[in-house]
Amino acid sequence: METLAMHISNGIINGPVAAIFAALALATLTVCVLRGRRDLDDRLAPMAGLVAAFIFAVQMLNFPIFTAGVSGHLLGGALAAMLVGPWVGALCVAVVLVVQALVFGDGGVAMLGLNITNMALIGTAAGYLLIALLLRVLPRTPAGLAVTAFVSALVSVVVASQGFVLEYWLGGTTDLGSNLAGLAGTMAGAHLFIGIGEGLITATTVVTVAKVRPDLVYALRGLRPAAAPTVPAVGGVR
Amino acid sequence: MSKRPWVFIVGGLLVALVLAGVVSNYASSHPDGLDSSLLKGCTVDADDNIVGGSCPAQQAKDHELADSPLADYGVRGVDNAFLSTGLSGVLGVLLTFAIGGGAFWLLRRRSSGATPETDGEPGSEATVEGAASTPAGRS
Repeated sequence: METLAMHISNGIINGPVAAIFAALALATLTVCVLRGRRDLDDRLAPMAGLVAAFIFAVQMLNFPIFTAGVSGHLLGGALAAMLVGPWVGALCVAVVLVVQALVFGDGGVAMLGLNITNMALIGTAAGYLLIALLLRVLPRTPAGLAVTAFVSALVSVVVASQGFVLEYWLGGTTDLGSNLAGLAGTMAGAHLFIGIGEGLITATTVVTVAKVRPDLVYALRGLRPAAAPTVPAVGGVR
Repeated sequence: MSKRPWVFIVGGLLVALVLAGVVSNYASSHPDGLDSSLLKGCTVDADDNIVGGSCPAQQAKDHELADSPLADYGVRGVDNAFLSTGLSGVLGVLLTFAIGGGAFWLLRRRSSGATPETDGEPGSEATVEGAASTPAGRS
């Protein structure tokens, strides 16, 4: 196993369940395309391409976690939701997973629907729900933004890991019997620590982008007070 | 502050290229949270090969495209491991940006003119929109 496999491999979940999730993922991604188009303008489109490329890069960077012999890597759902919004964000992660499966042999092609469901759909959705909530209650400061990014990223990873547990319950190829709770616990425990890494990466990235180009952070749109000089200028021209 | 996203995009891409092209070689090669969870019940040797027990990971089958020239984040034919991983990462970043950026660019909402475009880049958009709207208006 000296390979850099990072997603669900072939044979782990049975074919019918994988096919059901492929259909589910395809339907949901279609909704994301339809809704995401409203967000995609000349500025967001290249940014979304960058977010996908960046997530691909950082997903290669497995970092060690608490126990020796276990690593984790960014999933990217919360990061994408923060930078380009939930709909386009889910599409960004999906693009990464498709490239990884079709070009890099990472994550079975037959398992693509499962991997997309967990990381692109569940991860991004869970992350965005928390982002929307936290940005309302936390102060609009860099610290508030960092906490929002960290917490939403951490939770999104743990929730996404339980997506796999659900899939394994439906179609796992090894009968775990009553040990499914054990799998859920192992997955949650490992991904809690992976989530800390995810949170740190997400917070660092989002705060950096917000410092350089706050206008390119989707989650900050409409939240900023009138302090931003461009807002009245653009409206005033009309 | 410039309103052009392109400077930022190029800068961000360079960061991604360095991460995937260089830093990726220092990534942990241990199984990740998912793989290690699926190895529970099995015993593994120092290279994380299964040597005994029973666990879900034993059901894993080969990837459909395991023979892809970029399979497992290496470039086939490049023997130097550092170069192979780095090169595959660089190609992956460029490919992902091309596919993702290209698809998003095609999907984007062409501004209908109702909302004023952000100042600063009159060049490309104007021509694209002009080209798109003219034939529609004539026909």
